[in-house]
Amino acid sequence: MFTNLALFVLSLLVGFEVISKIPSTLHTPMMSGANAIHGVVVAGAIVIAALADDPAGYVLTFIAAAFAAANVVGGYVVTDRMLKMFRKPDRPAADAPKAGQK
Amino acid sequence: MTALEWVTGLAYLIASTMFVVGLHLMRSPASARRGNLLSAAGMVLAIVATFVYAAVTFGGNWIGWTALAVGLALGGAFGAISARQVKMTDIPQLVSMFNAVGGGAAAAVAFADFVHRIAESAATGAGEGHIELTVSIPIVLDVLIGAITLSGSVIAAGKLQGIIPGKPIVFPGSRILNVLMALIAVAAGVLTIVLPPSALTLSVLLVAALAIGVLMVLPIGGADAPVVVSLLNAFTGLAVAMAGFVIDNQAMIIAGALVGAAGTILTLQMATAMNRSVLSIIIGGFGTGDTVAPAGGPGADAAGVRQISADDVGIQLAYARHVMIVPGYGLAAAQAQHEIAELAKILTDQGIDVKYAIHPVAGRMPGHMNVLLAEANVPYTQMLQLEEANPAFDTCDVALVVGANDVTNPAARRPGNAVSGMPILDVDHAKSIVVVKRSMSPGYAGLDNELFSNTKTGMLFADAKGGLADIITSVKEYVAN
Repeated sequence: MFTNLALFVLSLLVGFEVISKIPSTLHTPMMSGANAIHGVVVAGAIVIAALADDPAGYVLTFIAAAFAAANVVGGYVVTDRMLKMFRKPDRPAADAPKAGQK
Repeated sequence: MTALEWVTGLAYLIASTMFVVGLHLMRSPASARRGNLLSAAGMVLAIVATFVYAAVTFGGNWIGWTALAVGLALGGAFGAISARQVKMTDIPQLVSMFNAVGGGAAAAVAFADFVHRIAESAATGAGEGHIELTVSIPIVLDVLIGAITLSGSVIAAGKLQGIIPGKPIVFPGSRILNVLMALIAVAAGVLTIVLPPSALTLSVLLVAALAIGVLMVLPIGGADAPVVVSLLNAFTGLAVAMAGFVIDNQAMIIAGALVGAAGTILTLQMATAMNRSVLSIIIGGFGTGDTVAPAGGPGADAAGVRQISADDVGIQLAYARHVMIVPGYGLAAAQAQHEIAELAKILTDQGIDVKYAIHPVAGRMPGHMNVLLAEANVPYTQMLQLEEANPAFDTCDVALVVGANDVTNPAARRPGNAVSGMPILDVDHAKSIVVVKRSMSPGYAGLDNELFSNTKTGMLFADAKGGLADIITSVKEYVAN
């Protein structure tokens, strides 16, 4: 228990440290990228799927899995879509991907 | 510690490192995409490790695994499709929806674990099965935070999308209802912890928390909704970390805490940039939503300002050396980012130095304007943050303000008014200023902008898209000669 609490507090501190150095230019993709990271709740859905042995357990597993998967997949995809639009000036514009296409 | 536990722990350690390094790489646009991909790879590792660990340790049955597989497939498909199709102007709503499902998933995990523990203690005949405080407290916090995030984020997304009116919604007795729900939630939470575990008290907590989420976000103005989205992002992170405590999963604790920190920092930065305190935003009733300027010409206040034509602006720009573009939400609302990028390109091709001065809260959320400009093929090297942009205004020949208002108001440097102390762009330091705006209507702060009556300022009354198109036509004439 204490190990987990220590992990929690230290991770908060690491988070503050890393995030405060990110330029405002990238705040939207950063927020979306952090949003994808909390999709790690998929791991929780897997654990409750393994423990489920009654209807309530199955329904909650389904809900948790569907919600978590939407979060993690959508989060990473949309962040990647945003970040690949950020281009340097010397590359010809034709190289840059058009929005809405992947 | 078994070999499997050892390997799982190691995989979580590697995955967590990849999350941190991935976020770290987001310091620069050049490495940011790699950072996100690294973080995604860490996610795959954490998920695979959890799957192997859970399958070997608990076994499970086919119904549980099927429910998981079907849920993952449906949710994953929904996430991927919405992420690919969303318009860049609608990113804040999508982020809010992902917060909603993330918080909901975390609450579902805690609820399932709780129900499982009750069933287990009943089966072993322990009767008054007691759950240790180190588990019951995180369960209660997870359901509380997760459910508030779920309902609150859906309302916030609805406000941003315009499905729910952006203006603060306050009805008679809403404050009392709020307090009542909070009391019910606290009571249900405490009872869940002290009484023999029962799904009833936890269900009451769930319902009360969902109601709190709705009541908390309804009175918040549309203009403040992005701050709330950021705050709810932090909430989701904390809910996921709590779920990690419940099922003793270190990857969830670490990742949840990282996101909790990220959301908190961003919320505070946004509030500072908007000159608001987080508390006053939560209490609500300020932002009147997306104020649409009344159609038609300039208002009565236009007397003290100098009006200019698109042609005047064209001449100024064509003969300038340094041009600074100041884009605001009005630009995004008019979908004029492609016009501004086209204008900038014409000028750049003439050897004119063009930069964008981007206020932290330009657009719908921090950094949103940068994404919209990137979509219009503007190189990120032309985008200046507030601290880089302000010194550059001193040597700037023409500052072109499109759709920005309060963030350029020099009144912020003086105490005693609605924008006092707000970080602003020093547009008034430029040699000449052009403001493209539909009318003289004030911004969110409800204050007249002193920049508009500055003697160096020329006002072009037009909507962003049409006004820029006229300027482009005019500039093309001058540069062609």
